Amino acid sequence: MTSLVNTTLTPPITASPQEMEGMALIQAVGNTPLLPLRRVTQDISPDVKVYAKAEWFNPGGSVKDRPAFNIIRTALFECHLLPGMRLLDSTSGNMGIAYATFGAALDIDITLAMPSNASPERVAILRALGADVVFTDPLEGSDGAILAARQMAEEQPDLYYYANQYDNPANWQAHYRSTGPEIAAQTQGTVTHFVAGLGTSGTLTGVSRYLREYNPEIRIVATQPDSPFHGLEGLKHMPTAIQPGIFDPSTPDRTVEIPTEAAHEMVRRLARQEGYFVGISSGAAAVAALQVAAELESGVVVTVFPDAGYKYLSDEALWEGR
Amino acid sequence: MPTLRIPTPLRPYADGQTEISVEGQNVAEALADLTTRYPELKKHLFSDAGKLRAFVNLFLGEEDVRHLQGVDTPLKEDDKLRIIPSIAGG
Repeated sequence: MTSLVNTTLTPPITASPQEMEGMALIQAVGNTPLLPLRRVTQDISPDVKVYAKAEWFNPGGSVKDRPAFNIIRTALFECHLLPGMRLLDSTSGNMGIAYATFGAALDIDITLAMPSNASPERVAILRALGADVVFTDPLEGSDGAILAARQMAEEQPDLYYYANQYDNPANWQAHYRSTGPEIAAQTQGTVTHFVAGLGTSGTLTGVSRYLREYNPEIRIVATQPDSPFHGLEGLKHMPTAIQPGIFDPSTPDRTVEIPTEAAHEMVRRLARQEGYFVGISSGAAAVAALQVAAELESGVVVTVFPDAGYKYLSDEALWEGR
Repeated sequence: MPTLRIPTPLRPYADGQTEISVEGQNVAEALADLTTRYPELKKHLFSDAGKLRAFVNLFLGEEDVRHLQGVDTPLKEDDKLRIIPSIAGG
């Protein structure tokens, strides 16, 4: 079955010549490699294959390039983000880095609300890219940053375009238009299971909407931390967090809950046994994908590795495996 | 008594409190007092073997206690120890 949707992230036809030049960087978003898991899969049937989309190959270094660009593009196209306005959003890091990257390319100023305990690597990258960061109370986590951004947007609506990645449909639509079709094409249509972690839920929502149209037999599995207090940076425990507006709890066929320690151990194994130097949410995605794969006699399980390990190097406990 | 500051994800297990005064001369004793009074917190902070879980970040002022003396870090009467959560999605 083929889909009639536009599968490319093309620039808007109204883009100015200057914007078109900024688009050169954006052309590099997406079409990431689909990498096989080979040595961490020893417990699964030889007729089951497990693959991961290597999202750190995006120019901003994470899967968030896809929604960030699509949110900016849509806001420009629909004239919500006007000349002189700043793009404002809350972030745990990667979305902010993606906004700041494309903001620099397209000459759009970026303001971010982010908990002050974001890793030093994230803070340094955002500073290098010239983003304006408002730090929020670490005890309040991501929800505190969301509330701060909301308040700033309400107080200065003429200054800020509030991108609101958690409620903005352009977030999941980016994955419907790019990640989903890429997975179908790269597996030659053989994908049977799609597994993704829940942050904003944009990846899961967009990819599963595309794949369900492509082949309704494909099973969708969500991954989240097994507890509200966890060390799975980037993932949300949906029952206890502000639920994203784009999240439809009926989307996944099932949800796999991952203990922090299992994800951290998998991060180390992926680096040392596969050469995949990835971040913590990738470890959680791999644990969930392997759990699903272990239950199958045959099938093709695809997941998404959101980013690389560079931004977690200062987390000594993660790499030492204490 | 030193004070422990509780992050939002743990407040449901501590009667919704944001700050709790605890007995203890060091971080280990303070956490022991906390989890004795609020036993539901225990599995979130400690492994089955009773060790502080590796991802639990404790800050005394701006300093990670891992860079001080770990759970043996002494606490003064007016110290505030913060339990910092990981940053969730987006």
